[in-house]
Amino acid sequence: MSKWEDNKAWFLVLPVFLVVAFSAIIPLMTVVNYSVQDILGPGDRVFVGDEWYRDVLTDFRLHEALWRQIVYSFCVLAIEVPLGIGVALTLPKKGWGVSACLVLLALPLLIPWNVVGTIWVVFSRPDIGLTGVTLNNLFGIPYNFTANPVHSWLTVLIMDVWHWTPLVILLCYAGLRAIPEAYYQAAKIDGASRFAVFRYIQLPKMRGVLLIAVLLRFMDSFMIYTEPFVLTGGGPGNSTTFLSQYLTKMAVGQFDLGPAAAFSLVYFLIILLFSYIFYTVISSFDKGEA
Amino acid sequence: MARINLNEIAHSYRPDPKEPKDYALKRIHNVWDDGGAYALLGPSGCGKTTLLNIISGLLIPSEGRVLFDGKDVTGLAPEQRNIAQVFQFPVLYDTMSVYENLAFPLKNRKMDSASIDKRVREVADALDLTPFLKKRASGLAADAKQKISLGRGLVRSDVAAILFDEPLTVIDPHLKWHLRRKLKEIHDRFKLTLIYVTHDQVEAMTFADQVVVMYDGEIVQTGTPQELFECPEHAFVGYFIGSPGMNFLPMTLEGNMARINGASVSLPPGYAEMAHKAGGKLELGIRPVYAAISDAPSDNAVKAAVVGVDDQGDSKIVTLRLGEQIFRSKTPEGARVPAEVCYVSFPPEKTKLYSNGKLIKWGCDSV
Repeated sequence: MSKWEDNKAWFLVLPVFLVVAFSAIIPLMTVVNYSVQDILGPGDRVFVGDEWYRDVLTDFRLHEALWRQIVYSFCVLAIEVPLGIGVALTLPKKGWGVSACLVLLALPLLIPWNVVGTIWVVFSRPDIGLTGVTLNNLFGIPYNFTANPVHSWLTVLIMDVWHWTPLVILLCYAGLRAIPEAYYQAAKIDGASRFAVFRYIQLPKMRGVLLIAVLLRFMDSFMIYTEPFVLTGGGPGNSTTFLSQYLTKMAVGQFDLGPAAAFSLVYFLIILLFSYIFYTVISSFDKGEA
Repeated sequence: MARINLNEIAHSYRPDPKEPKDYALKRIHNVWDDGGAYALLGPSGCGKTTLLNIISGLLIPSEGRVLFDGKDVTGLAPEQRNIAQVFQFPVLYDTMSVYENLAFPLKNRKMDSASIDKRVREVADALDLTPFLKKRASGLAADAKQKISLGRGLVRSDVAAILFDEPLTVIDPHLKWHLRRKLKEIHDRFKLTLIYVTHDQVEAMTFADQVVVMYDGEIVQTGTPQELFECPEHAFVGYFIGSPGMNFLPMTLEGNMARINGASVSLPPGYAEMAHKAGGKLELGIRPVYAAISDAPSDNAVKAAVVGVDDQGDSKIVTLRLGEQIFRSKTPEGARVPAEVCYVSFPPEKTKLYSNGKLIKWGCDSV
């Protein structure tokens, strides 16, 4: 192979290899390493093969957490994406209102996640919180998010909607602003209704940003940890224990490193699979011939 | 189909226009005949698109009225005035097939599907789009897309006029010619009023029966391509049409002679008199192609220095200097160009005089 002689260009890729190795591959391999061994103590380990994987896949409580997680992420997407599109459509298009709205909308995104949890704890407490007191005393609804699983779920969900819908709005708004005026003018001339403009111009043109919004919101909500941890601690019972909380309990609380590592890998694969499905489905709207 | 009257139209994008410079369009008053092919020609920013949007109803003019067949439509929205517009870049409904794109304006007007089908197929046939009907519009080439935009206007049988806003900007040069021909064909077949905005004079001249030249918010001349070439009524038209543009040489009058930097050009007697009456800043205008050069002196020829020669393949552009004044002559490819000094003749019937940029009309009716 005469080509082999001048392959110094490979050295240029070396830094990237190193960064990827230290940031992704080596940590991942550590997890793989743990997931196939039983670590009894320092220097005392046994190879167990796929035992932890079988354990994890048959763990009843993990299945529960997974279902809870899927339902939760579905709810998050089902609320935040349409709501985000809706709000983006009503935002002003020019003038001082644009900057005012964008700054106000971006505020929740700037708050650290555990602070978001704390804010909502205070906000929702039935004895001193604004919502809690209002619901209990003004509307007579016996709202208590630390005791009632339904209330707890709703609170976590609404918190997420408050925290992350702005991201979807900002993305959609950017997508909408990028549509040239001529499309709206052509639609006017063609006599298109307001709905037709949305269905045939705005929605197709927002496809790219919506794909990003759905992927980001899915991955983030599927890995949600901090906010429910601060707000409900996974309770009452296990009603708001999502996958990553269960994982943390297993790894840190019980120090079951083997099963936790196996679980991590399964978790990773699930997210990868779902993201791939979303990506394929949404981007396929682009290609298919009608 | 309709005859379009613009009655004293003026438009400003400012809320409280006062001076003339606040206006994007200054007093436009003209008529677009039913079934005519018009080109609206002018440099960028002269108000072409503003005028187009006023005709289509996307803009409501600050002043004046728009009449379609005598009916006042000034306040009507675009969909109510039966106008179609093709934009600079193809505007399509990406998720629809070509067929659905073409059917869209009819569907919105609640036409029954049998008539829609008939009409769509007829238009697709005229535009050579039949093989693509089932395809997605977004996957096609730019020229096909632009034809679809045009088709969406053509499907509506009640359409009064189709407006084009520089529709060939994104089309490859070798397809431009083909599409322009297609437009002419469509014009002959459907007998529609077409108004075509462009800043490309070749496009305007080949497409239109009547070219409307705009400059700085005003219509400076309307005429056939030949009229614009032979008798530019405004110095801008002379300069803008033709390549290179008309030569304008500052001059003074001396009896029947025009004096340009010491050189004399004799003028037809009546013309010099009119120029005397018109007064103002006088300029002599001549198309480069009529300013013939030769290496031997002759009657009515002026001595000028040769500054440079640009060979354009089919002709030569000779840059000449008369005193301080630079001007150009277009000579046939085979003609010999003197190296340093030559004699330029100004044929009286092709020599035009301008007072303050406006043509002093003389002998233009014969064109």
